[in-house]
Amino acid sequence: MTKSPQILAWSAVSLLGALAVGTIALHRGEQINAMWLVVAAVCSYTVGYRFYSKFVSAKVLAVDALRATPAERLDDGRDFVPTNKWVVFGHHFAAIAGPGPLVGPVLAAQFGYLPGTLYILAGAVFGGCVQDFVILLFSVRRDGKSLTEMAREEIGRVGGFVAYVAVISIIVILLGAGALIVVNALKSSPWGVFTIAMTIPIALLMGLYLRRLRPGKVLEVSFLGFILVMLAIWGGQWVSQNLAIAPWFTLTASTLAVVIIIYGFAASALPVWLLLAPRDYLSTFVKLGTIGLLALGIIALRPTLHMPPLTRFVDGTGPIFAGKIFPFAFITIACGAISGFHSLISSGTTPKLIRREPETRMVGYGAMMAESMVAVMATIAACVLQPGTYFAINSPAGVVGQSPDAAAATITGWGFPVTAAGMQALAQAVGEQTLFNRTGGAPAFAVGMAHIFSSSLGGQAVMAIWYHFAIMFEALFILTVLDAGTRVGRFMVQDALGHIWKPLGRTSWYPSILATSALIVAAWGSFLWQGVKDPLGGINSLWPLFGICNQLLATVALCVATTIIVKMGKARYSAVTLVPLVWLVSVTFTASWQKMFDPNPRIGFLAHARLLASSAVRSHEISRQIFNDRLDAVVTGVLVCLVALILLESVFLWMRVLSGSMQARIRESPFVPTRFAPEEQG
Amino acid sequence: MTQLRQIIATVIATLREIFDETAYSRFLARHAAISSPKAYAAFLREQQMLKARRPKCC
Repeated sequence: MTKSPQILAWSAVSLLGALAVGTIALHRGEQINAMWLVVAAVCSYTVGYRFYSKFVSAKVLAVDALRATPAERLDDGRDFVPTNKWVVFGHHFAAIAGPGPLVGPVLAAQFGYLPGTLYILAGAVFGGCVQDFVILLFSVRRDGKSLTEMAREEIGRVGGFVAYVAVISIIVILLGAGALIVVNALKSSPWGVFTIAMTIPIALLMGLYLRRLRPGKVLEVSFLGFILVMLAIWGGQWVSQNLAIAPWFTLTASTLAVVIIIYGFAASALPVWLLLAPRDYLSTFVKLGTIGLLALGIIALRPTLHMPPLTRFVDGTGPIFAGKIFPFAFITIACGAISGFHSLISSGTTPKLIRREPETRMVGYGAMMAESMVAVMATIAACVLQPGTYFAINSPAGVVGQSPDAAAATITGWGFPVTAAGMQALAQAVGEQTLFNRTGGAPAFAVGMAHIFSSSLGGQAVMAIWYHFAIMFEALFILTVLDAGTRVGRFMVQDALGHIWKPLGRTSWYPSILATSALIVAAWGSFLWQGVKDPLGGINSLWPLFGICNQLLATVALCVATTIIVKMGKARYSAVTLVPLVWLVSVTFTASWQKMFDPNPRIGFLAHARLLASSAVRSHEISRQIFNDRLDAVVTGVLVCLVALILLESVFLWMRVLSGSMQARIRESPFVPTRFAPEEQG
Repeated sequence: MTQLRQIIATVIATLREIFDETAYSRFLARHAAISSPKAYAAFLREQQMLKARRPKCC
């Protein structure tokens, strides 16, 4: 292609993107087609990748095609392996794509489709993608070092410590929030519980098959597992309709919480091959397939968005979670726009597989674009529902009322018509007893997804199958994060305790395994229990807390990135990480302050504790809730103080470097020319 | 046709990498072993420490 057609083509893409974003942003009073969101996303990502990431790559990072990567220099056939860029892309995407980009945008849709969509697009192009790309490249230049190690070496000891505390906190709160989403999706749902319960024997069978019958044939056994899971979904319908068996699988939220806590402990303590690895394979298989299927479904159906661009809840009175659009929409979206957790993956396995430095752009920036696209699809799935239905599913009983009629009247009073009979018919269509107060985001996403799938394939007759397929997909997805996360948390605790008493750090010593597994399960289990017992719907508090932790970790990652850019002598380009850093600091610090001290009990932890303390009734349950509120406030306060410390340490360092009072010394590994042939370089 | 074959080969290679089949092949090559329940058990033992330490994202 010569220059002029290229310019014309890129101008057309940019104009189309601007038209799509303009349509999304400026349309009022008329419903729009979901394809506008898809077009806006595809054009924004394409232009962002072609121009912005190229600018960051060439000017800021000076990516060097001639420099050997650690995968080439330290190739050991195990951790460090030079790998095809598409393969690394797949590997990286499979690791970063969790339930966050599905749940966050669904919850944030209470503000309307506009704030979430705009933040997903802008946040990813200028924040999340840049963070993932920059941290990946910096890790590649430092022999694949982790974020914690880079923070310690480039900023100081405080940086390393804060990164460690932020990582373990985010893991614990993420697991608590994730488990709560599963509980809310499966409570009083015999079909869902049966299907998910069946994945455990299926995983055990897969583990034994892999170990004894066909060693190493993972793709083959995952396909077999997928067929068995499909049969389990089909069998779930029979179970839910069988009056004798259905009660066995109809569990309350408290019972489900206990079951999940026991499961988490078992998954952490059992041999990895027996349960963890096969479930991981099964989950990945289902995840990749479902995301692809959802994208095809949206393109085939081109549904209309029924949610308005902005709802009345931008004023902070939202039923799903309280708080104004700033900062809470941006805290809630989380992984779809920018996720601190991704910096752990970008400085974990991925840098050890990168064959050549220029490939960090496609893997780091590109995979986050794909994750952001998943978040756009989740927004579409939530917004194709009638707003009344969306709020009926997602609002806790403590806000809208206990009975279906009361909830329907409250929601209709907000201007979003819904009837108890209509919701009952929808519940019947998807094979559930009720869809009222199914908080957490997962059931609403499942209904939206079932609507898209059944409209494109099979019609209303298979709506229930699609709904339970979506529930199974989300629950399996989250449980995989839960069991793997518990194990990762256990290792981190063992690493820390090993400094106090050596045997505690030994990962093969069973007393230590049991004690540290119990410790980590107790940590997230207490958050789960708190969420289950919270009459206002625990996701109300837990998800913002998770969002704050995640964004605080991103703040740490961007501090590390900005520090390295300044030390590289590229301060004039530091805005690429400094602007998202300033944005995140303003969002997270405002959200943290409000979560701690806002006088509205629906927002502030301490105000809620005061409200409970002033009530005439004082049961054990209420005392526990008061304790939980105070604990949440303390956790938030400690995290914010730690991140403020790393921020101050970074700013002082930048000032010393820029004023010339300190000689900048970056800790890159020495340059070694690559052996790869010139034709492989591009 | 060659391009299509290349795309399919890359997709399969990606899936094999994600699902650790390639890691197992590398393990067998590194230890000059052939696939067997014993070799796979050794591979899983080696993977256990590495895999279980990988954080999975939100």
